[in-house]
Formats: sequence, C-alpha cells, structure tokens
Amino acid sequence: MKAKLFLAFTGLALLLAAQVRIDIIGGTQPVLAVPDFRGAAESAPFANAFNETLYRDLQDSGLFQMAAKSMYPLETPQQPQDFREPLPPVASKKKGEPPQPVRRGPWLTDWSEPPVAASHLAFGYLSAQGGSMVLSGWLYDVKQANLTSAHLFGKRYLAAISEDGARQMAHEFAADIIRQFGGTPLFGSKIYFISNRTGSDEIWSMDSDGSNQKQFTTYKSLTITPAVSPDGRFIAFTTYAGGNPAIVVHSLETGRRLPFYNQVASMNATPDFSPDGERIYFSSTASGYAQIYSARRDGSDLRRLSDFRAVEVSPKISPKGGEVVFVSGRSGPAQIYRMNLDGANVERLTSGEGEASNPAWHPNGQVIAFSWSRGFEPGNFNVFIMDVTSRQFNQLTHGAGRNENPVWAPDGRHIVFASNRSGRSQVWTMLADGTDLRQLTTQGNNRMPVWGK
Amino acid sequence: MNQKKIVVLLLGLMLMMFAAGCKKKAPPPPPPPPPPPAPVKVAPKPPQIVMFSAEPGSIERGQSSTLKWTITGADSARIEPGIGSVSNTGGNRTVFPSSTTQYTLTVTGPGGTATANATVNVTAPPPPPPKPAPVSKTFLERMAELQPAYFDYDRSNIRDDARSVLTRNADLLKAIFRDFPNQTVVIEGHCDERGSAEYNLGLGDRRSTAAREFLVQLGVPGDRLRTISYGKERPVCMESNESCWQRNRRAAFTGQ
Repeated sequence: MKAKLFLAFTGLALLLAAQVRIDIIGGTQPVLAVPDFRGAAESAPFANAFNETLYRDLQDSGLFQMAAKSMYPLETPQQPQDFREPLPPVASKKKGEPPQPVRRGPWLTDWSEPPVAASHLAFGYLSAQGGSMVLSGWLYDVKQANLTSAHLFGKRYLAAISEDGARQMAHEFAADIIRQFGGTPLFGSKIYFISNRTGSDEIWSMDSDGSNQKQFTTYKSLTITPAVSPDGRFIAFTTYAGGNPAIVVHSLETGRRLPFYNQVASMNATPDFSPDGERIYFSSTASGYAQIYSARRDGSDLRRLSDFRAVEVSPKISPKGGEVVFVSGRSGPAQIYRMNLDGANVERLTSGEGEASNPAWHPNGQVIAFSWSRGFEPGNFNVFIMDVTSRQFNQLTHGAGRNENPVWAPDGRHIVFASNRSGRSQVWTMLADGTDLRQLTTQGNNRMPVWGK
Repeated sequence: MNQKKIVVLLLGLMLMMFAAGCKKKAPPPPPPPPPPPAPVKVAPKPPQIVMFSAEPGSIERGQSSTLKWTITGADSARIEPGIGSVSNTGGNRTVFPSSTTQYTLTVTGPGGTATANATVNVTAPPPPPPKPAPVSKTFLERMAELQPAYFDYDRSNIRDDARSVLTRNADLLKAIFRDFPNQTVVIEGHCDERGSAEYNLGLGDRRSTAAREFLVQLGVPGDRLRTISYGKERPVCMESNESCWQRNRRAAFTGQ
C-alpha cells in the first residue's frame, strides 16, 4: 500500500515536472517609454511614419513591457539638454509633509515613478539638414539618479527625406535599442514559406512583419520544405520539378540554383543545413525506408546516419553542432528523437503520446519547438517547446485549428508557424509564450515557414 | 482430134444408159419387219449453256453485278464460288463480290457436263470514310482499369482488400506490358491529411513500395514499375472525415 502510494506520488511529481514552464520570454522585462518624436522643418510630415514604426518594432520585439502612453507626463524631453534637475528639497510649509524637491522642468523621475513607472526612455527628434533627414535619438535608464549614468546611448541617423527614409531610421534606432538589451533585432530578417497563390506551391519570402511578400521560386511544380542556412546565404528545399521529390539548393545572394547531386532514390527530401552551412542533412529512400543522410552542400561525401525499418524525416542540426533531432516512426506513431551526428545514442524525446513532427532548434541549442497532437485527435497539432535535456515542455497553442511547422526567429523569442485557425493555412508569428499572435499572410494557402537571417 | 474422141465416148455412154433404163425391172423384196421395240442405246445430247454472263462486268467494291444464264438439257446447275445450286434452265442472281471474281457455272445433264465462266472485275472504291476507332483500347484506357489499393492510417502493409485488388492489377499489368512494350507504370503513394507533410512523404513512399513489391512477387516486371510518394500533397478528396481520408490513403497507378 505504501509502495503504491509512493509510486502514485512519484508519478504526480513527474507529471508536474513535465508541466514546468520553460522561460524563454520571462524574467523581469524593461518597461520602455517611447514618447512621440517631433519633426522640424521638412521632416515634419514624416514624423507619424517614424513614430509608428519605432513603436511597433520595439513592441513586437517582445523584449519590453511598453509603458502606457496615456500615463506619460505632459512635458517631454526632445534632447538631453531639456532635462532640468530639481533643486534640493526645502522644508514644506505644511506640517507633517516630507520635504519636496523643487521642480524646474522635465526630469528622470517623471518617467521612473508612477504612474508611468518606466525603467527606460527612448527620446529624440527629427530634423532636416543638407537635403537629408536627421534623427537624433537617445536611450536613457531613467532609474538612475543623474543624467551621466542615465545615458545609455545617443546617436544620429541619416536618411532620405521621405516616408521610406523615416521608416528606415526608425528600424535602425529600434534595432540599436534592442541590441542594447542583448536582443537580436528582427528588422532585415526574412521569412521564407510555401505559397500556392500563383497556382503551384512555390517558395516566397517576406519581412518579419509580413510586408514585402515576394515569389522566390518559379518551378511550377510542387516545391516544399524550405530550409535556410544559419548564415542566411543558402536555401535548400524539396521539389518535384524533376519528377520524383529531390533536393535543390539556391544561393540567397544571387537567387541562382547551385549544384546538388541527389543520390538515386525515389525520394530525397526535407533538407536542413549544418551550423556552418557546409553540409546538408536530409531524408532519403535510397536504401528502402526513408532514412537520415548527410552530404556536402553539393551532394558529395554522402553518409548515412540512421538505420531502422521505419520512416525517418526532418533532421534538424543543433546550432551548437554535435546532435540532430528528427522525426521517426520507429516506435509506432511519429515522435521526435535525437541522436549524435554519427547516428549514435538515439533517444526518443516525446512521450509516445499522439504524433509529433516538425522539430526546430532554438538558437541556444537547448530548446526545440515542434508540433504535437498530444491530447487531441490525430492531425490536430499544436505548437510545443521542449528543453531537450530535461524533456520539460510547454504547450503554446491550444486547439485552435492545426498548428504546424514552428520555427524560431533569430531573436529566440518569436516563433513563426502555420495555422489554419482562420480558414486556410496561413503563416503566423507569436512570442514563445504563446502570446502576441499575428497573421502575416492572407493570399492563397501558406505554410512551412522558416525564419532566415 | 482428142476432142472428137471424148465426144464420141460420151455419146456412147449416154446410149448405154438410156438402153438400160428401158429394161423391165424385177419387183422389189418386201421390207423387213420393224425391229422389236427393244431398248436401243441412243447417245443423248450433252447439256448446253446457251448464255452465262455478268452484267456489268466491272463494278466498284460495294456495288453489285447480275449473273444471267440460260441452259438447255441440264438436270442441275451450280454457280461457284459462293452461290451453289441455281435454276437448271436459266435465271439471274445479284452478286456483291468484294474483289475481282471469276464465277463458274457448271451444268450437269444426261449428256454430260458443261462449264462456263463469267468474270466480275472489282475496282477499289474512292477512299473510305475515316475508320471507326480501333477495337483495341489505348494504353491509358487500359491503365484506367487498374484500381487503387487502400491502406490503414499510418500503415503501409497490404490489407486483404488491397491484396485482391493488386492481384487483379497484376494480371492487367502483365497484359498491358505485353501489349505496350515501351510503356512504364508509376505507382503513386498517397496519405490522408492528418500526419505531418514531411512524415507523410516517407509514409507515401512506403505505400507505393509495398504495392510494387507485392506486384513483383506476382510476376509483374519490376523494371517497368516506378514509385513516387506524394505524401498528403495530392488528395483526391478534400473533406475531413474517415470516408474521405480512406480514399486518400492509397497506392494509385498512372501511365507514363
């Protein structure tokens, strides 16, 4: 009886352990105040575009808690000289009240104390000089006692006097602020995905906010499972353009197709790059069942990693190198496994419940995102993240449609994935705690996103 | 001088004959009795073909000609080829020879047989109308007779129903490969929408390979069976229910 109780208790403890939160987003977030910048002279008409872009980039980074704008003080500094340190407190005329500092103008405490309660303030102004638009921007730590220690950085940015110029400067200023907090700005990164909006499944690209959608391939066939090299120079994918599914590699710099020798097989598919971009890992039916292989980026130096009579696809190499996660049906329904790069030490990461697919590494090489139908009917996938060492996992979506192909953004905080929660499959982003959901595509059927540099 | 001698001789002869004619003759003997009516063999007349003709003597293929004949003394008459017994006195018959034909009339009577020939010349007609479709089916029509083999969810083993479908397909394929020696056949592996697209690429490959191996065991030449997996990319049914999913979990046959 005691033993049974003990076992039940242990089981419960393990269950609870499995529910422990993986803290990708967590910790205390900086509270950022970003009052609207004003524009002088010719730059004035573009201040709105600038403010909109800056605020959205900072908010979308997921790094900050944005201080409520309605609480901002009326007096806003436009440059450091606008701050006026209050005079030392003098005794209050009313009895019982503590002595109050004498206010002379904008000061750090306007922002650090309630109701704004910000930890940081981004401020500045736009102007025009010599035919260019000039942004003067500063980031201050408003918790500091004096201006010298509050100053984190101040910088001038130049751009054309236009709406595009204003947005460009906003992106750059936001990127510098994000870097200041150790973040990776997503501005400039591209999401590649499969869209059938032209009638056939082709690879498309877009900016991280869904803007600037462009067709990349024109194979007019069936082209799926894109993967981008970690340095952002190459893209590999599976295409039926030559008949049977085969791997094709393109340069992302020139757009041109590069040679890749496909070994003789009814299928060579689901490619991924090694961290240095020099090798491609993929699934091939050359020996019968779909198994994991690797080759140089041109297809030479072929090596076989797995050897099991089961379907095995989607190898993903850890950014640290040395290990690979993949999907295998070796224990029945598809599950996520890991192994060393030489194929040794195969371990199952998921519990065997439901079906699990689409593993993708976090840039830290410690956590994966994947899709799992655990707790749902087959096919009703949700996005999960798992610490590969502890096997603890979090469920990020909860049954709204099919949620598949989660891939981490370069900032390690965002996840791009495909969901049919709004009807057809579309590309969505969210923070790694499941919040801040955004739909990036609307035209046609869009799926299999990957986030490049 | 010679002429005088001849005249004298002739006169002398005429006198002798004259004198003899005046001589009284003896009465003639009575005629013999008629012969008894015993059968006496009299050679009968052979039959005669009075006339045997073909009118007109030249036709285009598909037109007709008329054979006419008149016979005497015949018990029976035949026209060959292809007509047989005909009237033993005369008649006519319409014929539709498809190529030049010599008709032979053979008559038989008590007096023997007689034959006569009449020829109908057949010339090629103007080009015929386009031929109706050949009776034999095309490769793709034959391929359409092959049934897909169906599979269980996340499985690639050959079920009992697939076994009988594939056994029938094996016979059809052997005949198709015999009749179309340059054609190959593709076995497509397909999956339903539920598994991940990537896993289904591998699963669809298993299904097409399992179907191919089964057919090869039944003697279908493996070098003419190619496999391809479409995973869940090419469903035949778009609804999310089991009857639709079952239709999509298949190994299907297409010609190349």
